[in-house]
Amino acid sequence: MLSFDGLVAVCVIYVAGLFGVAFLAEKRAAEGKGRWLSSPVTYTLSLSIYATAWTFYGAVGSAARTGLEFLTIYLGPTLVFVGWFWLLRKMVRIGRAQRITSIADMISSRYGKSGGLAALATVLMVVGATPYIALQLQSVTLSFSVFASSGALGQPDAESTATWVAAGLALFTIIFGTRSLDVNERHPGLVSAIALEAIVKLAALLAVGAYAVWGVANGPSDMLARIAASPLSEIEWNGARWLGLTMLSAAAILCLPRMFQVLVVENADERHLATASWAFPLYLLLLSLFIVPIAVIGLDLPAAGGNPDLFVLTVPLSQGKDGLALFVFLGGFSAATSMVIVAALALSTMLSNHIIVPLWIRATQGDRPRSGDMRRVALTARRLSIGAVLLLGLAYYRMSGGRDALADIGLISFLGVAQVLPALLGGILWRGATRVGAALGIGAGFAVWGWLLLLPNVAETGGVMLSIMSEGPFGIGWLNPVTPLGLQATDPLLTAMMLSLGVNVLLFILGSLFSFPSPLERLQGAQFVNIYDHSNTPSVWRGSAGTADDLLVMAQRILGSGRAGRLFQDAALGQGRDGDLPEPTAGFLEQLERELAGSVGAATAHAMVTQITGGASVSVRDLLAVADETAQIMEYSSKLEAKSAEQAQTAARLRDANAKLTQLSVQKDAFLSQISHELRTPMTSIRSFSEILMQDDGMDATARARFSQIIHDESLRLTRLLDDLLDLSVLEDGRVTLHEAEVELAQILDRAIYAAGAQEAGGKIAIRRDRGAEAVMLWTDADRLSQVFINLISNAQKYCDAETPELMISVHHRPGRIEVEFADNGLGIPALQQALIFEKFARLESAQGRPGAGLGLAISREIMSRLGGGLTYVPGGAGTRFRVRLPAKALRAA
Amino acid sequence: MAKRLFLERRTYRRNRLQDAARLMPVLGALLIFGPAFIRGSNPADDAGLSAWLIYFMIIWLGLIVLTAIVARALGSMGGTDQPPEGDRAPDA
Repeated sequence: MLSFDGLVAVCVIYVAGLFGVAFLAEKRAAEGKGRWLSSPVTYTLSLSIYATAWTFYGAVGSAARTGLEFLTIYLGPTLVFVGWFWLLRKMVRIGRAQRITSIADMISSRYGKSGGLAALATVLMVVGATPYIALQLQSVTLSFSVFASSGALGQPDAESTATWVAAGLALFTIIFGTRSLDVNERHPGLVSAIALEAIVKLAALLAVGAYAVWGVANGPSDMLARIAASPLSEIEWNGARWLGLTMLSAAAILCLPRMFQVLVVENADERHLATASWAFPLYLLLLSLFIVPIAVIGLDLPAAGGNPDLFVLTVPLSQGKDGLALFVFLGGFSAATSMVIVAALALSTMLSNHIIVPLWIRATQGDRPRSGDMRRVALTARRLSIGAVLLLGLAYYRMSGGRDALADIGLISFLGVAQVLPALLGGILWRGATRVGAALGIGAGFAVWGWLLLLPNVAETGGVMLSIMSEGPFGIGWLNPVTPLGLQATDPLLTAMMLSLGVNVLLFILGSLFSFPSPLERLQGAQFVNIYDHSNTPSVWRGSAGTADDLLVMAQRILGSGRAGRLFQDAALGQGRDGDLPEPTAGFLEQLERELAGSVGAATAHAMVTQITGGASVSVRDLLAVADETAQIMEYSSKLEAKSAEQAQTAARLRDANAKLTQLSVQKDAFLSQISHELRTPMTSIRSFSEILMQDDGMDATARARFSQIIHDESLRLTRLLDDLLDLSVLEDGRVTLHEAEVELAQILDRAIYAAGAQEAGGKIAIRRDRGAEAVMLWTDADRLSQVFINLISNAQKYCDAETPELMISVHHRPGRIEVEFADNGLGIPALQQALIFEKFARLESAQGRPGAGLGLAISREIMSRLGGGLTYVPGGAGTRFRVRLPAKALRAA
Repeated sequence: MAKRLFLERRTYRRNRLQDAARLMPVLGALLIFGPAFIRGSNPADDAGLSAWLIYFMIIWLGLIVLTAIVARALGSMGGTDQPPEGDRAPDA
């Protein structure tokens, strides 16, 4: 007899072995070696997690109670697998092409990446699987207690056993299930450990079966006779249950999250499915081959005890075959642990992807995390979810107190997860299926199932009887879960199956028919239903040299050949393949993706790399992300463009300003040289004449008077020039103060003519005026205006070269202004020089030799612009003609 | 021309093989569900539990063997790389 401690030691050694295998497999996969990891045999063996401890131990119990009915659990999946070409192949192809991570992801992807639908499916799966995990913990605890009751040394504590097992499984799953967020969500270490457990499981059951047939009975013929004579032959055959359970288990193998994980997500090569199509049914056949014999022998042997659920263990134990019993125990342990590990992994993927991470993103909205942060969040979420799932299972087990009702949860759980089947199959086969239909169907089916089956079972498991269960909610009798719709159902499972799936399918179809899908949903629908049009047969991605070549070509295009070459060389060196192309391992692909993301954006890089390596087609979500990135890049570049246009404008403006400054500087130089010339001329004569006066003492008085006169005149000229300059600078700076008052135009003209010394009678020039028009009252600075007039009149006096000079002063009344024209009868100003006359120091050639600094017109024009009017030269016509324009405000009294 | 004829024949075979693979669950359903309609509920009228157990084991094995043969044949003919429906070669 093995003691409890010994048993624990065996378990620990066994688990350590599993850790070792998983670790080795991970290592080999990381090195790109270990082709056996992705062989069809490993794939088929990993599918065996379908057979849990519930079927490992429970199948014999089921056979003892209901005859052949246990076969339905295996025949259903067999039907699905022999029809692999029709359905499973499509599911696997879709799963790979769309990079599906879980059954909830599959549903949500099909229906337009609906987050709500994914969350609903996740909740359904967690609710369905939690009691099932509890069931596994129970079976392990139960098998422990069977051993310990036989041995005297230790007394196992059921609760602490379950706790330790749950903790160990959580650790294992976290270590090998969440090492990294793999590109394709595969876990080679975990899968290989499960494959090993599958072998142990099958070998144990075959061994105990062989022992029953040849060790206890006398070969097959004796066995058949014993079967015919056993109480099993008395059991009535229930055709409806046969049909129903076969279909239910067929549905379950498609929908169970753990099955989806190994079937679709962990699938490394679609061709493996062809092998699994017959190999997995064969595995199931071998598993069930000796179930009936073991049950019959167990019933025959009084020493085996009364619980048929433990016959697998008690038959060899009762015959003293401890070694065999230990082997069987390990088989059962394997069945329980492998199921819990994969279920926890699958559920945690769903929980973190569809519930925790979306919530986290919503909570941290605003600060957009980089993809690296996102990965860390997702990994943490997944680890926490694994712990949470196992904790839930443990809590449910504790609550149930190990009652028998827990055993019924297997089929109840099947029916729960089968609620996604209509949405799943409809989504794959029918383009018209919509999100509304799927949500209605799953929601309603979930509710009916929960009400009719789960709630009563939970209540029974927990040992409480709720009053609403016998009387119905709010006293509505036909709603009570025991006799729903008043049906006196003999079989609650089949009744609930018909009602829940019936409502589910009906609402799914009606909802789909009467709703309109979003564009994304329609696109995804077409992609799913016509998957063979959209994807090529994906090739094996591990270690193919073609893949590395393609990756290099792509990387060169994006990174440039130098950088890409260095990247690939370093990676090859790191893998110990100097001078060769690196193996496209997960680590290398991740690094490459990061490098590419720096150039083209994360989504684009991911789409490009997976397009080459994973055989996955680019999904709509990828395209949207790529478009998003492209839009950002385009926006950035258009911003740059706008900026550079702006800078070009600024540069042009600066150039203009510079040109103006240069011009001004030239003007200033010209002005200075002009002014110094103008000042030097009188100064030179003053100096020379004053020198003569100083040196020559014997000069006569007339000469002295003449020289003094010259000095005096030149000083006057100098003073005038300086006055003018001062005047001009004051005017130009705008610092001039105007003394505006009411004055008559005629008076100003009179004053100007007088001041210019050109009285009408005796002057050098004849002035003709229109006295009538001059009788206008103005509001202006009379002194300044007369200064302008004086300048114009004296100019005419000075420069008019007619024989009888004549100046015509005419006044014109225009709307809003008054114009005073000064026209003489001279030759006028040549057209070329008309533009120059208002410039400072501008003097016409004809004016050479006559006094004046050339500032008069410049000053006059400044004065007029200060007074709000203007002074222009009027070209055309004979003689020189200036026009003084007085503004409207000067017309106060008009 | 002979080569082309050969190709078409091959494609035809492949398509029929794919049909066979698709129809396999129909055969399975007939064999598995059939007894539910034939077998009476009263064990006394029955052929006996062991007989039915042998029946199911045999049809189960038969289905497995058939599926394996078809899967192998499809694999060797490249039939698992199903061309899009529209591109499938005409049957005759």
